[in-house]
Amino acid sequence: MEHTTINLKLKVWRQKNAQDSGRFENYDAKDISTEMSFLEMFDVLNERLINEGQDPIAFDHDCREGICGMCSMHINGRAHGPWQGTTTCQLHMRAFKDGETITVEPWRAKAFPVLKDLTVDRSAFDRIQQAGGYVSVNTGNAQDGNALPIDKDKADASFAAAACIGCGACVAACKNSSAMLFTSAKVSQYALLPQGQPERTTRVLNMVAQMDKEGFGACTNTGACEAECPKEISISNIARLNREYLSAQLSL
Amino acid sequence: MTWKEYFTSSIGKKLVMAFTGLFLILFLIVHATINGMIFFDDNGEMFNYYAHFFSHNWIIRIMEVGLFVGLILHAVQGLMLTFQNQSKRPVKYAVNPGNATSKWYSRSMGILGSLLLIFLIIHLRHFWIGTKASLYITGEEHNLFEEMKIVFSELWVVVFYSVGVISLCWHLIHGFKSAFQSIGINSPKYNGMIQTVGIAYSLIICFAFLMMPVALHLGWIQ
Repeated sequence: MEHTTINLKLKVWRQKNAQDSGRFENYDAKDISTEMSFLEMFDVLNERLINEGQDPIAFDHDCREGICGMCSMHINGRAHGPWQGTTTCQLHMRAFKDGETITVEPWRAKAFPVLKDLTVDRSAFDRIQQAGGYVSVNTGNAQDGNALPIDKDKADASFAAAACIGCGACVAACKNSSAMLFTSAKVSQYALLPQGQPERTTRVLNMVAQMDKEGFGACTNTGACEAECPKEISISNIARLNREYLSAQLSL
Repeated sequence: MTWKEYFTSSIGKKLVMAFTGLFLILFLIVHATINGMIFFDDNGEMFNYYAHFFSHNWIIRIMEVGLFVGLILHAVQGLMLTFQNQSKRPVKYAVNPGNATSKWYSRSMGILGSLLLIFLIIHLRHFWIGTKASLYITGEEHNLFEEMKIVFSELWVVVFYSVGVISLCWHLIHGFKSAFQSIGINSPKYNGMIQTVGIAYSLIICFAFLMMPVALHLGWIQ
């Protein structure tokens, strides 16, 4: 691929701490390689800010391989930027044109308060997970591969749900800041497997209760979460969550 | 978990929206069928016959109470959900994705529903009050077809009804398939059917309703 460099104008949300009201600030990002990832572009900018004695822009990141779920950023109105099925760290600068102005905002949700600049507190997701997203049966050593027969379709659907990295793009993209896609993926991955059966009803009840307690909105079925999810988790998981929740309530 | 906890949870609230919505969808089939009888162009004879039957039959009148309960539940719950959901994002985004990630009508169910509520209040004032007054107060036989002709002779009423029915169409296109999703039905086996039936239903019902004021205003039906 042809290697080119571009110059960009950035409009970045700066906020000192959770109490600060925050504002946008403009930065010039010069000589940015189109091979860079979006986060590397921020590294270049931050290096310059540090050299100039300014406070660098805080943003979350960890593996930079698209699998940890740490990076966030609402880029030009899109969670994880314009590419489909991509985290911000896997978004490359060739997605942008020379001279373009890019607006970068943190995830916006009552349940995800901004800590600093583009960093938000996503521990609400941890608490939903801790409310039931686990198997507490003592499983002992790993079993023989074929000891537990599992329907191929169910195994695939469970695996697809388990691909959720908990980045929060679903909440960021939803007009109601709803965490239904995240919670439904976590409930689904266990509901479809035999290991998840003993705690199937208590899991869904506790996780949904925690989700509501954290201050996430309700689902309006717009499908924006599914469109923005970097792991392309399907909203059919939300339908499964609704089903699981109803049957848990109906169970005697 | 108690039933109260269930129905006040985010999922329980949506289930109420789904079931009341589907109930109202069923009602609209009956409503459009009965009112569609004006198109027989027999001076409203057949329409008035069924209008009389529906306003006097005691089973229908009990069901009418259920209809109002369903309607009020759907409207109140819908408005409450809209306001609660709006409060979940205190600081808004400077840039929004627009239609890139979702349909405008899916995001506008609260506004479309509010328009429908305003429409319904005026619609009930036009036709329902008169029917009930003749049933319980004056005791006279109410000629609903004549009343329709009088009401729709005014242009602003026809325009107002057209706006109401078009809002209903968008509301139904999202609401129909959304109701199934909220109940938990989302599977490749049914999705195509739900999608097709939902759009066909919305278009047919709304076209029928749209034609009624237009046809009466333009004198296509005498």
